[in-house]
Amino acid sequence: MDELLRMEGITKVYPNGIVANKNVDFSVRAGEIHGLVGENGAGKSTLMKILFGLNQAEEGRITLEGKEIRVDSPYAAIGHGIGMVHQHFMLVPSLTAAENLVMGLEPRKGLYLDLQAAIRTTEELGKKYNLIVDPRAAVRDLSVGIKQRLEILKALHRGAKILILDEPTAVLTPQETEELFSQLKLLREQGNTIVFISHKLNEIKELCDRVTIMRSGTVQGTFDVASVDEKDISRLMVGRDVILEVQKGPARPAGAVLKVRGLTVLDRFKKRAVDGVSFSVRRGEILGVAGVEGNGQGELVEAITGLGSFSSGTIAVDGESVAGMSIRRIRDAGVCHVPEDRMTYGCAAALGVEANLMSCNHDSPEYTGPVFLKGKAIRANSRRLVEEYAIKCSSPEQEVGMLSGGNIQKVVVAREFSSGPSLIVADQPTRGIDVGATEFIRSRLVELRDEGAAVLLVSADLNEVMELSDSLIVMYGGRIRAYVPDAKAVSEEELGLYMLGLKNQTPEEIARVVHD
Amino acid sequence: MTRQQRVFEVVRTSLAILIALTIALVIVLVVSDDPGDALGKFLLGPLDSFRHFGNVIELMIPLTFTGIAISVMFTAGQFNLGAEGGFFIGAIAAAFVAINFSLPPVIHPIVAILFGSLVGSLFCGIPAILKVKWGSSELVSSLMFNYIAFFFGLFLINYYMRDANAGAMVSYLFKPTAILPKLVPRTRISVGILVAIALVVVAWLFMQRTRWGYRIKLTGANAKFSRYSGIDTNSVVIYSQVIGGMIAGMGGSIELLGMYTRFSWQNLPGYGWDGVIVAILARNNPLFVPIAAFFLAYLRIGADIMSRYSDVPNEFVALIQGTIIILIAASSFLAKYRHKLVFKEATRKPVTGGEA
Repeated sequence: MDELLRMEGITKVYPNGIVANKNVDFSVRAGEIHGLVGENGAGKSTLMKILFGLNQAEEGRITLEGKEIRVDSPYAAIGHGIGMVHQHFMLVPSLTAAENLVMGLEPRKGLYLDLQAAIRTTEELGKKYNLIVDPRAAVRDLSVGIKQRLEILKALHRGAKILILDEPTAVLTPQETEELFSQLKLLREQGNTIVFISHKLNEIKELCDRVTIMRSGTVQGTFDVASVDEKDISRLMVGRDVILEVQKGPARPAGAVLKVRGLTVLDRFKKRAVDGVSFSVRRGEILGVAGVEGNGQGELVEAITGLGSFSSGTIAVDGESVAGMSIRRIRDAGVCHVPEDRMTYGCAAALGVEANLMSCNHDSPEYTGPVFLKGKAIRANSRRLVEEYAIKCSSPEQEVGMLSGGNIQKVVVAREFSSGPSLIVADQPTRGIDVGATEFIRSRLVELRDEGAAVLLVSADLNEVMELSDSLIVMYGGRIRAYVPDAKAVSEEELGLYMLGLKNQTPEEIARVVHD
Repeated sequence: MTRQQRVFEVVRTSLAILIALTIALVIVLVVSDDPGDALGKFLLGPLDSFRHFGNVIELMIPLTFTGIAISVMFTAGQFNLGAEGGFFIGAIAAAFVAINFSLPPVIHPIVAILFGSLVGSLFCGIPAILKVKWGSSELVSSLMFNYIAFFFGLFLINYYMRDANAGAMVSYLFKPTAILPKLVPRTRISVGILVAIALVVVAWLFMQRTRWGYRIKLTGANAKFSRYSGIDTNSVVIYSQVIGGMIAGMGGSIELLGMYTRFSWQNLPGYGWDGVIVAILARNNPLFVPIAAFFLAYLRIGADIMSRYSDVPNEFVALIQGTIIILIAASSFLAKYRHKLVFKEATRKPVTGGEA
């Protein structure tokens, strides 16, 4: 097969000084599915953003069919037949699928959009590529899998011959993933070239022809998938043999710390985002919440931690009702919270590590006198935390925004875990961070569990929920659809059925999670 | 901030000032028949006599007050522009005390200044409360409230404090006990400058070393994070602006009792707007505010002297100011240079890797 695209000597430095790509060579052959693997933070997304014109490299060149091209904007990339499907969809929720598809290339009838032509285009394209989407449905009503399908169609409609998919399976259930793979294989048969970014090795083995492995901003090699096994790939990815399993003993659950009863949360549109949910989390156990994102997990966490409000139900921590309390009071009751989005809620990027570590306890008598803060005590505490959590920073004054994702998350967990919590609410605690930090945070969670904390773990990463949790609940459509008392005793496929709402436990089975 | 960033900010500010002065130079060359003389007056005029230099210091005092007031509010992420109105209405309040109260010396100006501060803090607190209660933008409402302060203040002077025997719309003379004593003979520099110096130190300590200052910084840097941490961000929004208004009102009172014998302003004096420039130049750091205030005061007095002794009008200072502000506020000014620094720094080290 001929080489279609080549990136040579690509170096990219972000404004915060992080070297995301260092002298990277990458090439793709026509008509292949090319896997691009690496840990979070290895530089895969950066490399692809450079190819798609979203980022500019400081050094390096890109050639397409032997000719050097300049890609200084996504517009230019599309002009060269390069399309990208992002992790976060770029769709207008209130418009229909057809309207989203033709956006920017609208067929016109006089001054107006020719809606019929748009619908026809959507149907024809869908048939051609076996990517069927209802053209008249509003995007906000589509499921995640269908939205992704629409994104792929959008790229194809713009003439993409090279399709970049940035971790497309991260948001999908196992069943949806299967479907996506068969569609991608069909696209390959029709002569398209696909770059498939992932860190799931079994997916690479199943789908890809060749694979390029990245680590710490550099390429570790490109291989025919048939000639390497998963172990080889993971060693190159991480630089050592990975312990994929979390080391933990059996849980010894005691009395319930968190009691949620009949909790209902209404969203902006007065829809029930969380619909009459009841459960308990016990001392010394990690209760995982599985589910496709957007099925009420976020609202549930916000209600418990006080960031959001709720309309009915009760929430109690250690027997004390925290419903409608201020965040201060909820934290004082022993709740800590690792937020889903660390840059929005978890830190102030422009302030130093120390200022970020002291935000929750700066007014305790330990750290402040009647007027002035106790600088020495604060300094000693932040040095201790930086050391204990192995936060890589030049000094405790260094701006948090200058750190890598994994180190920022360590700042967040150091602050939260050091408050002596009786309930830890961890929402996507390891999303988008490197393996080292992930292992560290997971083992800290297990340690805290063994010390008697109750842990509520929300994660969209099915592996993480299954590995780390002692027991599981599955949420779909704002309700608990299943309770699994032993997380080891359930298969991924079965969870997938619950996550899609295709299978439900009986109310009696679900009620076991109340532990009364 | 790392050392490299600090160096970058200094380079950026200096370069902005240099470019602005160069533009000023070109304009003077074009406009003036005797550019050498005009420029000499502009750049060296403030130094050519004791009195002129005194004028610079006199002007620096109100700018320090409003600069710090704005710095506190901007650090909290509150773009309250009410320092202008707070300064004005604070001065009116002080005038009321200075005219109507009979108090012994020392006590009298203190009471007047405290009352002016109180009124200023209430004034800047209104947009804060409107924001917390109904989510109205403090920027818009504080701007509008400046006009309310202005016309309401003039109404009070006109109907309750106006000296009918004076030719213009001015108030009665202040009681002699209320007037701030002069500190430096042959100038109008009053003991107000001591208050200003104390304020700089107190404001710095407050922002750096107290939990209230810490909360202001945290809320300004990321209000959502602040709330998530259990901080009552609504109260931070309110008290930061109340403190800002208090400082502005104090500045107005001190300016009035230190420089005048009766209330005679017919327009908003503009120190609130200048305070924004000072705060931006000082990067909201109270310790840098006097330096920035001195710089701006020097430009103003220089331009004033130039306009009196040459054919270049006073207004061209506005041009210099505008250029400096645009260059400093535009984050992409020198961004490429900055990125080069980052790139050099980053590629020197062994690879660390990572996504932003």
